Amino acid sequence: MGFKALGLEACPVANAEEARETLRRLTKDSEDYAIIYVEENLAQELQHEIDKFKDVPKPAIILIPGREGPLGLGQTALKAAVERAVGSDIL
Amino acid sequence: MANTAITPTRMVLNQLKGRLKTARRGHKLLKDKRDELMRQFLDNVRLNKQLRAKVEQGLTEAFGSLSVASAIMSPEMLEQSLLYPRQSVELGMTYQNIMSVNVPVYDFQTRNSDPSEIFPYGFAQTSGELDDALEKLAEVFKDMLELAQVEKTTQMLAQEIEKTRRRVNALEYVMIPELEQNIRYISMKLDENESSTKVRLMKVKEMVLEDAHHYKQ
Repeated sequence: MGFKALGLEACPVANAEEARETLRRLTKDSEDYAIIYVEENLAQELQHEIDKFKDVPKPAIILIPGREGPLGLGQTALKAAVERAVGSDIL
Repeated sequence: MANTAITPTRMVLNQLKGRLKTARRGHKLLKDKRDELMRQFLDNVRLNKQLRAKVEQGLTEAFGSLSVASAIMSPEMLEQSLLYPRQSVELGMTYQNIMSVNVPVYDFQTRNSDPSEIFPYGFAQTSGELDDALEKLAEVFKDMLELAQVEKTTQMLAQEIEKTRRRVNALEYVMIPELEQNIRYISMKLDENESSTKVRLMKVKEMVLEDAHHYKQ
């Protein structure tokens, strides 16, 4: 909610299904979003959709901690990237 | 792995030699590319890790303040305060080329440059905690943008490294050994042909001589 005050567009969703719908809408070609921040607790359900955008420059889907504090999902994504590049987890 | 489909001729041999040369050169270039990508990638990962920790901490704090604010103020009041933003963000995006990987670079412009413009409400009817929360959010937002950029770069570099690594390995362990083996096969076959021709010629010479002069060596 606070992000709205900063001039970001907030898309509140109630559940994973709604989140998926919203994400699909935002990532359509006709929409021009460069960065989408997703709360970690929602991202858990959307892993599949988010992975689709890993290799394209736009949009960047970035996980941020939700109200419950960090769940460690963002770190896991970073680890996965390292593993992908190096072949083993070196962090 | 001996490829029986190749014809053991000098022309094919020359062709294969040319291909081996190209493959070796490509292998070296790709290996250099992979090493450089890896260096950039590791720098990026380090930065990414720091930024993520910073953002996560900052957001947690901001959300904490927001929770306090929502506890003090009535939900309707809070909603109303934040209903219409006074600030808006323009996000510009350009591409930067890192080793032929196009990574995004963001630059953002706020419509109002005054940092106090983030508060879209009057101070009289809202609690100070809300101001606090928004201030913290505004602060962490800069890091969030940087995080987005770095994280996307990391992901794209990871993909490129994976691709390059596969190519290097394919060249090193499949293409080059195969070419070498084929070259060896052809040169052996050619040697064999040569020696058998020589033997045949000697035999023919012997027979001709015997025919002409009843001459025996």
